[in-house]
This record gives sequence, structure tokens and C-alpha cells, in this order.
Amino acid sequence: MRRPSFPLWLVSGFLYVFMYAPIVVVIVFSFNVAKHGGPWTGFTTEWYQQLLRPAYSIASELKVVEYREHIKQLELRTLFNKISEILLQPRNDKWSAAINTGILAFASTILATALGTMLGYGLSRYWFPGKKLFSLLMYIPVVIPDIVMAVAMLSFYAMVRDWLGLFELGMTTMIIAHITFQIPFVAIVVRSRLAGMDPAIEEAAHDLGASSWQTFWHVTFPLMLPGVLAGAMLAFTLSLDDFVVSFFTTGPGATTLPILIYSSVKRGITPDINALSTLIVLASVIGTLGVTLLQRPAKPSGG
Amino acid sequence: MANRHQGEVRFGEQLSARGQLLRSALTSGPSILWVTVFLLLPLVGVGVISFLTRGEAGGYELPLTFGNYTRFAGWGFFGYDLLYPQIILRSIVLGAGTALLCMLAALPLAFFIAALPGRYKNLALTLVLIPFWTNLLIRTYAWQILLAPESWITRAVALVGLIEPGTPLYPSAFAIYIGMVCDYLPFIVLPLYSSVEKIDWSIAEAASDLGADGKRVFWHAILPQVMPGLVAGVILVLIPAMGQFVIPDLLGGAKTVMLGNAIQQQFGPSRDWPFGSAIAFLGMGVVLASLWFYARYAGEKGGEII
Amino acid sequence: MAIQTPAIEVENLVRQFGDVFALDHVSVSIRKGEFFSLLGPSGCGKTTLLRCIGGLDIPDEGVIRIDGTDAREIPAHKRPVNTVFQSYALFPHLTVRGNIAFGLQMKKVAKPEIEERVKRVMDMVQIAKLADRKPAQLSGGQKQRVALARAIVNEPSVLLLDEPLGALDLKLRKELQIELLALQRRLGITFVYVTHDQEEALVMSDRIAVMRAGKIEQMGEAEALYENPRTRYVSTFLGSCNLLEATVRQRTPTGAVVQTTVGELRVEGSIPDRNKFTLAIRPEKVALCAPGESAGENRIKVKVVEVIYIGSETHYVLKAGEQPLSAEAMNVKVGHQGFDIGQDAVVHLPAAGLLVLDD
Repeated sequence: MRRPSFPLWLVSGFLYVFMYAPIVVVIVFSFNVAKHGGPWTGFTTEWYQQLLRPAYSIASELKVVEYREHIKQLELRTLFNKISEILLQPRNDKWSAAINTGILAFASTILATALGTMLGYGLSRYWFPGKKLFSLLMYIPVVIPDIVMAVAMLSFYAMVRDWLGLFELGMTTMIIAHITFQIPFVAIVVRSRLAGMDPAIEEAAHDLGASSWQTFWHVTFPLMLPGVLAGAMLAFTLSLDDFVVSFFTTGPGATTLPILIYSSVKRGITPDINALSTLIVLASVIGTLGVTLLQRPAKPSGG
Repeated sequence: MANRHQGEVRFGEQLSARGQLLRSALTSGPSILWVTVFLLLPLVGVGVISFLTRGEAGGYELPLTFGNYTRFAGWGFFGYDLLYPQIILRSIVLGAGTALLCMLAALPLAFFIAALPGRYKNLALTLVLIPFWTNLLIRTYAWQILLAPESWITRAVALVGLIEPGTPLYPSAFAIYIGMVCDYLPFIVLPLYSSVEKIDWSIAEAASDLGADGKRVFWHAILPQVMPGLVAGVILVLIPAMGQFVIPDLLGGAKTVMLGNAIQQQFGPSRDWPFGSAIAFLGMGVVLASLWFYARYAGEKGGEII
Repeated sequence: MAIQTPAIEVENLVRQFGDVFALDHVSVSIRKGEFFSLLGPSGCGKTTLLRCIGGLDIPDEGVIRIDGTDAREIPAHKRPVNTVFQSYALFPHLTVRGNIAFGLQMKKVAKPEIEERVKRVMDMVQIAKLADRKPAQLSGGQKQRVALARAIVNEPSVLLLDEPLGALDLKLRKELQIELLALQRRLGITFVYVTHDQEEALVMSDRIAVMRAGKIEQMGEAEALYENPRTRYVSTFLGSCNLLEATVRQRTPTGAVVQTTVGELRVEGSIPDRNKFTLAIRPEKVALCAPGESAGENRIKVKVVEVIYIGSETHYVLKAGEQPLSAEAMNVKVGHQGFDIGQDAVVHLPAAGLLVLDD
């Protein structure tokens, strides 16, 4: 195929500028002196210092924990409690939003990956009556607008709360909601991984004397593992990025970063929000590059 | 098949129908239960609530009514009002418009990336992936800065004479479109690019050997080959775009309410859940109907969803 | 010779996919230590039969006995047979050594024994040097050897091979055919070999079953099958054949005289009661003679339509009136073989070479 022509360069260059303009402007304005946003008035790193201040105090508090003593005396539980107490101690709204986002993403991803992997495996391997219908229904979270999903869950939680007193809005309801929309994404990735596998490989395992369990643990699972990891990555990112579902299913004290950004922006853009966003963008860039490098297929050596 | 009831061998494993059922229950079961309890039943619940009446202090109560739907169709408390029919139309136009603009932008970009030599190709692709994985909220609110009255862009547009100097470009429908296209462009570029990569260029060469000019080569020899990616990309943009609530909320202001905002309004400040449920239920209907339409018609040519 | 239990006994096997019979009441008995081939075009049911024996598919009806034991209820992983898959189906995440050791590990064989047996088998199929490679780093022929090693290390009583050489190029295929045959003779394992390549089947097999549309059309030793095909299908699938429609003129004690499109011919052997049947004659049994040698029985005047010279032999396309005939002759003469396109000639169809077909 021929090289891109000059007009194609021009158009594509413009489109890249268009896609990156908002990212760049957030980064630039995170260094703006003006406290309440508005035009550029001067350069400062003040906002980053403010943001990272809790990190300094955490680091200094973590330093004084007597790790060796605890490990020697096998008081691992005490050690764990001490560390988590330092990490989870409320410091400022941004810090606790970050902690909440992390807890939410990790907890939901772990559960959703387990459930979604089982679903993907089950749907691609076993038959049951109504399977076609159910596999379609399972993909509804993928296709309906998140606002519809969000209000459905909100009203469900409200209903159950009225009847049973369960599901006070907060971290738990948010985790449940995230798992619900993560499951099908994990299942899709795992299923497509399984679909790409030669069925003869598992037949060969059985043929060579492996029982169903042995086949699963020694052959199927190792082969679907890349799909499981990719699914988990996807689920994790979806959770980190989610605003709409979290916004409707959260409660007092369980603010996440996207919710924090949204409510701050509604009041007016400030440089410290830009600084926070810049750090999030940085994390996305590192994450994207990391995954891209990981997915690069290993070159076969020799032959 | 008669054999299914006696059992069959799948992937080397001999299973009876009961064995399959048991294993399905153990593997797919928990997830099916989870999604059913936490999403499918609540969606049915939304459907039920949409036929109830708003309670005194928010909430919902009997009697059953079609009122929420007739109100949505325009028959409000104060006679006929086009507000909600306009909202639904605006949302569909916004979704379709975004999809169209994204498609027009993605075509040159996908061909550009595919035409780059190896190393630069990976770089160009990664540069699309980064915004794809970057929080949508951040990329959206940034346009508030970019389109503010004092920004370079606004001043340049004013200088050209398209707007009065000093007026902001946001909030406006224009800002919503800018934000939408910027946010969703990566969603269509990625599937389209993977189709462009698979193009068999010899077909295009054969067409031009046979005397077709550039335009006809594109229409008849190239476009059909990238159709699967294009259709998948349009679906990936169209569906979330129709239900978007953050982008119109941050860039549109009060005059440009979309379906998503209307739902949020009813479940949030207005506390009219039955009416909000009716809008949500209709919104879901629109999306599922367009998906069905796609699967039924476009799907035959376009390949699979997702 | 003492009567042995057959290695595999299949009785009235039926396997249906929707309306299609992949196996339509197939019965076959495979002897111990035999190299048995299932030959047929794709879709004839040969792979389905193999999969039923291996436990990778369940027949709808019929009985399968392996070493005299009813195998219907025995799952694949407990059957004393191993399969070499067409796609090789090597485990991509394991090394060559890991692939070969897999079966023994699953059966919880002691570690030193596994090591010893894996090493022996790798030496046997000459892949010891590749022990630590992953399948992705192997060539087609190497993968094939690993697939074979992985199966035979378990010392199965029967080895099932599903077109194992199908994906290899011709030269490598010929080499491996000979190696495979030598290996089978050495190990004494029963081989059930599925192929669509008639030459491969003839070269390797003790016995061949020719399959067609879910049925075994004819079964027998390679030579007998080639020399005495019973049906049009077998005669043309296994090698090529000239087919002539014949009507009985006169029955004789040793055979019959029949009328065909090329004239009157004398046929030897048992003649069916029907008055019309098909005669078959292999092209290499058709003797091409100079135009003058027309005296004697079963001699027909022909015109040479095409001459295909392929080095050691020459193939001729001939026409006797409207009836095309093909003939093949070894190029035994030094220099020009003597027949050119457009030339008149005479062919001799020896009575012993004319076969009466069943259909």
C-alpha cells in the first residue's frame, strides 16, 4: 500500500490535535496560578504539592511502623491493620476519593473477573435450555445506555431498602453495580479467547488420559488465562472510568474520583481539579502503554 | 437432535444433558443469577414503575396510569407541549449526527494509520488508544476551557466573524457536538482500522485496471471491504451517544436537554421516578429497537455486533 | 493361527448429524497389530468413525469393542487408545517435553519413569534436540513428530491417526509415510489411519476400508482392493479405471462374451445373473499395440487423442469410436515410444484384466 498522501497527513494531523487538545489543555491549566480558573496568569506547581501532601505524610507515617518487630512476632494481622489504617485515614476529599475509586475498582474487578470468566467458559462449553435467550440477556449491560442501567439499579436498591432495610447506598451498592456491568465484558473477552482455540486441543488432553478437571487445570485454564487477564484489565478500566452508574448508586462518604471531578466542575473548573485530572491522565497513559507492550507477541526464537 | 438427550461429547468430555445442566448451573449460573437480580429484574421494575403515579414525597404509588407516557408524548398538565417529543428527537439526531461526523473523521484517520510504515503505525495506533482509555469526564470538561470566551479558539472564531466577539462557544449545541465527536472518535477508529488492515488491495488494483476512476474504486472495491468495521464502529458510537448525559450536561446548558439529562432530572432534582422510569424505558426501547434493526438488516452485511 | 480378539470391533454403528448420516450402519473388525486405513473423500464419515473409536464422539446406535470390551460407556480419557490429530493439537503452553509427558503425568506415572520413557520416545522419532521448544517454534514436520511421540509414549493398544500427514508438503509426506510404517512394524501397535489420499493408503496399509457417504463400500487388503474393486466408486477412487457398459451375448463355462460400446469382448470369471453390468479395466492393463496387430480376441481399433509423457511412463488418451479409453505404459523401449497424437493404433484388453462390477 502506498504512503499517506499530503492531504491525508493534514487531515489526520488535525484530528490528532483535536483528540489531544482537551488533554493538553487540562495539563497546561493544572500549572495555572489563578485559583478559580479563568485565563492563564502564571506558572506554579502549588496544586500538585497540595495534592501530594497527604502522600508525604503517609510516607512518613509508614516509615515509623515497626515492620521487623511485627513480622518477627508474626503479628501480620496487626501489621496489616496498621498499614490500612494509615492508608485509609481520611486526609482530604481528593485523597479519599482516590482511595474509594481504588477500593471500588479492585473489589469489583476481582469478583467480576471470577464471575465473568465462569460465565464465558460456561456459555462457550455447556448447553442448557434457554441458553440462546440468556446469553443475549447477559449482554444487555453492554448495550443499554448507562443512565438507564443506573436508574434501574437506583430504584431497585430503593425498593429493597424499603422492604428489607438492606442496600443503604454507599460503597457496597456501588461495587454490586459495577460488578453487574463488568461481568458481560469479561465474559465476552474470555469467550472470544475460547472461541479462538482449536477444540482438538482439549480433545487431545482427554484422549491422553486427562479427566475433566485435569483438562481444565492443565490445558484449558492456562490457555484462556490471557483472555481472563485482558478481561480483568478491561473491567478495571471500566470501573475507574465509570461516572454515571457510580453517581446514581453511591451514598454519603463514598465519593469516587469521577464523581468528585464532576461535582467540582459543576461549580467551576479549578487548577487543583486540573492537577488531579492530569495525574489520572498520566495513569491512563502509563496503563495504555503498559498493556500495549504486554500484548506485543513474543518473537519466536530459532526455528 | 435426538442424541442431545442421551448425552454427547463436547471437547472430549462425555456429558449427559443433566451433566451439562449441572455444569451450566455451576459456571454460568452465578453470573446469570447476579445479572438477573441486579439488572434484569430492576429493568422490569423500571417498566412497572413507569405505569405508577408519583407519590406525595417523591417515590411512587398506585393507581396504575398511562399518564407518564402520554406526558412524554406531549400531553402535559398545561395542554400540549412539544418539550419531550423534542427531547427524544434531539437525542436521536445527536446520536446519528455524532455517528456520522465520527464516521467522516474516522475514515481518513484509519486509512492514514494503515498506510504508515510499521513502527509509526504502532505509535499512531497507541496515540488513538490513549484518549480511548482516558476518562471521558476529563476530556469533556476540558472543552469548557477550550471554548470559553477568552480562549484562543473562541477569539479566532470571533475574528473570522462567525460569532460576536466576547460571546462564548459553550454552552451550546455546537459544544455538545464537538465534545461528542472528540470523545467517541477513538471508538470508531479502532474497529474501522482493523477492517482497513485486512483490505485486499488487489481488488482495488483490479478495479482500477478495469478502468474505474478513484471515486468508483473507493465505492465499489474498498468501502464494501471496510463495511464490517464501519458498522461496528457506528454501533459503538450511536448507542452510548443517544443515552449520553454527561456531555450534554457539561457542554450543553439548560436549552439542550437530551434523553439522558431528562432521566437524570426526574430521578434527581424533580423526584418524579415514575416519569423518569417512563423516559428510561422508552430510551432503552429505542436502543434495543435500533440494535434489533441492525442485527436484522445491516448485520447481514456488516458482521457481528461488537 | 489362533483366533485372536480383534483390537477394534465395530458393529452397526450409526451417527447422525441432523438429517445426514455420518455413519450408516458401519461394521468393521480391525485385527491386532494391523495397519488399517479408512479411505474416502471428505465428508464420507471416516473421521467420525475414528472419533467414535477414540471416545470423542458418541454413536447414536451400535457397538464399539476395544480389545473385546464394550467401550460405549467408557469416556475418552479411560480408553486404551490415543489419537494423532490432523491439526496436531499440541498444547501451545507446554514445551515439546511437556507435551510428550502429559499423558503419563495425567496417569500419575512415577517421575523417573516418565523422564525415561519420554526420552526414549523422543529418540525414536528424532526430536530429542527440540525437547525445550514450544510448539510455535516448530516446523510442520516437527510438530507432526511431537504429536506422534505424545501419543505413542502412552503405549496405547490402538493408535488412531486422523490424516496426520495432510498438512505437509509432498516430499516430507513421502518420507514420513515410510518412517511411520517402520515405526508401526517396530512397535506392533494397531494403527487406524484416516486418509483421503489413495496412494498413501496403498503404500502403508495392510487393509483398507473405502468409505462413501457413511458406509464402507469395500474392505480388503491393499492389493486385493486395487486388483478387484467391486464398485464403480472404489474402482475410480482407488486408482483410475476405464468403465464400459456391457450386455451379455453369450455365457461360457469360463465366463461370457459381452457387447460393449467398443465392440464384442470376452470376459473371464463369474458372471452375475444380470444381463447388463459395468466392466472395468485399469489403464495399465490396457496394452497399446501397433496398428497392424489387430488379430486376436479383445482387440480394438483406436485413435490416439493425447500423449502425456511423464518420464518413467507414458499415459495415453485414446478413442474407440466415441468411447474414450485411457492406457498407461512403462517406457521400457529406448528412445521414442512409438505413438503420436492423431495416430491410429490397436489396444488389447486382456480378458483377465476385465473386471465385472457390482453396480
